[in-house]
Amino acid sequence: MGLIETFLHRFAAPRWGVHPDDHKRPAADAPLRQLPLPERLYLPLQQHVGQPARPIVLPGQKVRKGQLVAEAQGRISAPVHASTSGTVAAIGEITAPHPSGLPFSAITLIPDGNDSAGDIDIVADPFALAPDEIAERVAAAGIVGLGGATFPSAAKLALGKRSKVTTLIVNGGECEPYLSCDDRIMRDHAADVVDGIRLMMHAIGAREALVGIEDNKPEAIAAMRRAAAGFAEVTVRPVPARYPMGSDRQLIQTLTGKEVPSDCRAADVGVIVNNVSTANAVHRALRLGEPLIRRIVTVNGGAVWQPGNLMVPVGALVSDLLDFVGLKSEPARLVMGGPMMGSVLPHAQVPVVKGTAGVLAFNEDDIATPPPSPCIRCGSCTQACPVGLLPLEMAALIRNDRLKDAAVLGLPDCIACGCCAYICPSHLPLVQYFSHAKSELWAQERSTLRMEATRKLAAERAVRLERDAREKAETAARRKAERAAQKAAQAAAEAALSTENAA
Amino acid sequence: MFAAVISLTLLGALLGLGLGVAATRFAVEGDPLVDELIALMPGSNCGQCGMAGCAAAAQAIAEGSATVTVCPAGGKALATMLGEKLGISVDLGDIVDDGPKLAVIAEEICIGCCRCLKVCPTDAMIGAPKQIHNVIREACTGCGNCIERCPTGAATLQPVPVTLPHWVWPKPAPALA
Repeated sequence: MGLIETFLHRFAAPRWGVHPDDHKRPAADAPLRQLPLPERLYLPLQQHVGQPARPIVLPGQKVRKGQLVAEAQGRISAPVHASTSGTVAAIGEITAPHPSGLPFSAITLIPDGNDSAGDIDIVADPFALAPDEIAERVAAAGIVGLGGATFPSAAKLALGKRSKVTTLIVNGGECEPYLSCDDRIMRDHAADVVDGIRLMMHAIGAREALVGIEDNKPEAIAAMRRAAAGFAEVTVRPVPARYPMGSDRQLIQTLTGKEVPSDCRAADVGVIVNNVSTANAVHRALRLGEPLIRRIVTVNGGAVWQPGNLMVPVGALVSDLLDFVGLKSEPARLVMGGPMMGSVLPHAQVPVVKGTAGVLAFNEDDIATPPPSPCIRCGSCTQACPVGLLPLEMAALIRNDRLKDAAVLGLPDCIACGCCAYICPSHLPLVQYFSHAKSELWAQERSTLRMEATRKLAAERAVRLERDAREKAETAARRKAERAAQKAAQAAAEAALSTENAA
Repeated sequence: MFAAVISLTLLGALLGLGLGVAATRFAVEGDPLVDELIALMPGSNCGQCGMAGCAAAAQAIAEGSATVTVCPAGGKALATMLGEKLGISVDLGDIVDDGPKLAVIAEEICIGCCRCLKVCPTDAMIGAPKQIHNVIREACTGCGNCIERCPTGAATLQPVPVTLPHWVWPKPAPALA
């Protein structure tokens, strides 16, 4: 790094965020290993943001590798494909990789071991395709944002095209400690990632791509620079290693200087952010015709014998991964994702999903934290907050159930990065307060909506009852009139008859 | 005769004027607060609060004889709104919230008597005479009126299972900060 660059770097170092010990090595330097095919795979129907996919296979049915097993439904959704060839054993509920331990629906697949793929539909030159067709193929491949948000990528590409986005930002930040799956993909498959980036640029109509990589990954930066050398439109830009650099708004600000307003999306400031692993998945879908059925997962943590990165079929159980790498001791805590934003797992019998970047098995020493003590109002959390909120004030309000007041202070803008809880000298569970408040506010909003619907239904019922009564009265009146007319006619007829008789 | 007509007309006009003035001057207004509270209530008149409908409950809340947490159908959201309207702090801990419930009909024992249809405040029941009834889940408020009327015990209230998108993070236990 040159002198000027170093100076600029220091100057541009962000004021927000924290700098946790990254724990990325030695796992990041270990070569990629392939997870042997597990005995069973569990393919969840909801591995993305939006509507769950709808299963289109039946138990007992044989499927090929890459075959569509559940189709997308609704505007924001993603299909699910078989990770290998085998037989569908069941469609039912299994535990979700979520701290609640609640179940969700999944297709159980028993692999036949052949790993045989079906017919593959690829085109010779994907760049000759219309941008919309690339988005369609990305949608059909079930690709979702692999950085963790799992937003369906095709919808993002379409949004970028609609908003006439000029800059594609590629997120190689990987700021979460312990994780190195993006690092690994950039080191091993830099050319594929760059190809995926260019395909996404074509789909969006973007003119330039900026690849932001944290400067604690020099090998990945070098590999990506080599791969992007032939393409002037793709620029690799090292960014300072600071958590949460991999958050889209923070990366956009660091790379372009633009700040995304709180009620806007990235596309509103003319950029779209996609992860490097997503770019690799786009490359595989368009060049090899392979849907998103496998991904790199970092297995790391103090309880792991051989930490490293594994190529894992979607649907393998966390316990399969842990068995493969070996455990030093019974893990004290299992986390899916990074230690800052990941989900604590209820147990190891949960499947790896498309958005699983890592599986962390921590021992007692890793997770030891002193008990929380009262807030000393030092303000460290306000300095660390990348969104510029006041975590201490919001937490105090939430503690007293004043959720609406916390929302006024900007609670909805909280990205749950955990910087505040990490930096807090009193070890307060700040981010847990915010997660609680956010979900509680959503629940209240849902019940308000439900109450409004109830009110509408009750009003409609009143209208219906009135209409029923009126119709009943009208029918009765008509019948009465009919009867009276009948009677009159009968009387007239009788009268006529008697006159006739008399005559 | 002419004098009589004039005097009676005058008398009528004067008395009419007097009544008119009195009507505006000494008018007894309905409590506007009650109307505002009624507008907030669910309006399904389900009777879960033990009072004769939402209007009666609103009246009781305005008078202070009932708390804002009286309405089980409205839950915490309604209690908060009522508290804001009345300018009082609400202790949400009062609400016994054992989760939302929905009416479910056991199809094996439903005889299609239509009694539940008639008492449902939101028309959430579908069915016809001698046809098995069913519940439109989106419209059911879980008021339980149908449970009381069902002659065979086919209608029951079942808790709505918590699903992933509806799960609420628990509040951190040691309430410091």
